[in-house]
Amino acid sequence: MKRQSWSGLQLLWRSLGRHRGWQEQWRRAEPKPSYDAVIIGGGGHGLGTAYYLAAEHGLTNVAVLEKGWIGGGNTGRNTTIIRSNYLFDESARLYDHAVKLWEHLSQELNYNVMYSPRGVMMLAHTVHDVRVLKRHVHANRCNGVDNEWLTPAEAKAFCPPLNIGADIRYPVMGAALQRRGGTARHDAIAWGYARAADALGVDIIENCEVTGIRRDAAGRVEGLETSRGLINSRKVGVVAAGNSSVVMKMAGVPLPLESYPLQALVSEPVKAVFPCVVMSNSIHAYISQSDKGELVIGAGTDVYTSYTQRGALHVNMHTLEAICELFPWFRRLRMLRNWGGIVDVTPDRSPIIGKTPVPGLYVNCGWGTGGFKATPGSAHVFAWTMAKDEPHPINAPFTLERFRDGVLIDEAAAAAVAH
Amino acid sequence: MLLIRCPYCGDRPELEFAYGGQAHLARPPRPAELNDEQWAAYLYVRANPRGLHAERWRHLRGCGRFFNALRDTTTDHFKATYKIGESPPA
Repeated sequence: MKRQSWSGLQLLWRSLGRHRGWQEQWRRAEPKPSYDAVIIGGGGHGLGTAYYLAAEHGLTNVAVLEKGWIGGGNTGRNTTIIRSNYLFDESARLYDHAVKLWEHLSQELNYNVMYSPRGVMMLAHTVHDVRVLKRHVHANRCNGVDNEWLTPAEAKAFCPPLNIGADIRYPVMGAALQRRGGTARHDAIAWGYARAADALGVDIIENCEVTGIRRDAAGRVEGLETSRGLINSRKVGVVAAGNSSVVMKMAGVPLPLESYPLQALVSEPVKAVFPCVVMSNSIHAYISQSDKGELVIGAGTDVYTSYTQRGALHVNMHTLEAICELFPWFRRLRMLRNWGGIVDVTPDRSPIIGKTPVPGLYVNCGWGTGGFKATPGSAHVFAWTMAKDEPHPINAPFTLERFRDGVLIDEAAAAAVAH
Repeated sequence: MLLIRCPYCGDRPELEFAYGGQAHLARPPRPAELNDEQWAAYLYVRANPRGLHAERWRHLRGCGRFFNALRDTTTDHFKATYKIGESPPA
């Protein structure tokens, strides 16, 4: 289906007609009896997978099944940080693949995803932090990922609100800066992929919950039982984030996952005061400013597993205390709202992207607390895996079998991430 | 914040407790006899249910003792807490 191309001229032209005549962004599709491939989960990763299946692999008879509304899970609940400064080679390749796709995504999708490479700065507060972050800087540069070391004065020059005084409990001893890191608009990535995939013929089916996975006599996937009837497909990709364990259990595949609530919050909107993204793993601050003006703050996970999409207030207080110490300006700001999402965490804090023991069933899960940044890269390699029935070289190490074989990609210990 | 009933001390706020993950995971008596698949299942695979979950807690900033709990992961309501060595209530 031909889509209107979006541009400034188009905006001007439509305004003359009082903005009537804009097309819907995607169709409200009804489920067909069968598809060549079905994606379970209409978040950014799932919609992106459908888009790349259609755009790069010629598979257009594809459906995305979403039990709620698209982009309503973790895609709409994260803090939109993009970076690729991970320690290990495998991770650096995977996340930098995503950053490279982010750079041209607005043009490719004809949808402004508002990718803003404003720089991600990670603070060091102890001698150990300094060593760990410098190790990251060197490892990243060996992998062709930009990362540089800043002194406290350089860090303050890059982010003026930062308090580098020596009188705070955990003074800033330096920072690692990835200039290509930044933010993007969370909804836009879901809507952009949805619009582009729909234009290529993909059916996006909301309010459609998968309740069972059917397998044939040989064990291969043959169809899905859903709240909107039976849908046949011999290729199924599960991209269900916090609910991955639940969905994969329907196919009898146990996963090394635990689902935790991860909270975030935003302040009241203020004028532009915060030029970059700042993270501190040691004292757990995680902050940027949205284009609307809200400070977007990531809190930690609650300690217990849960599917409630909410958590306790003391988890938010913990990060706010750190932020008030690092940015004394923000002490008088009021917080506007907070929320939680359910993140599926693997033992090594790296995702699982690949084939499963069930023929025709593929899984992309375990992104834990940091999946948003990887959305285009994850979707791109997962579509490859589903189309060719073999992993892309970039996601080949991220198998389910690595836990059996003992080849973990242990970003848990190496953590560039705040867990 | 959750209100958690320690079987020894009574109702206390969540801040006093440490979470211990899925309960009733017994270390295989003879690990050497397991294959890699079985060992990985013991080490890494978890039930992660949507619903009732048997889990360990420790009253870290109280009596210090471990105990088990049955909690509904869709509501976070505790159905019961019980001592180590006891079976989960039906």
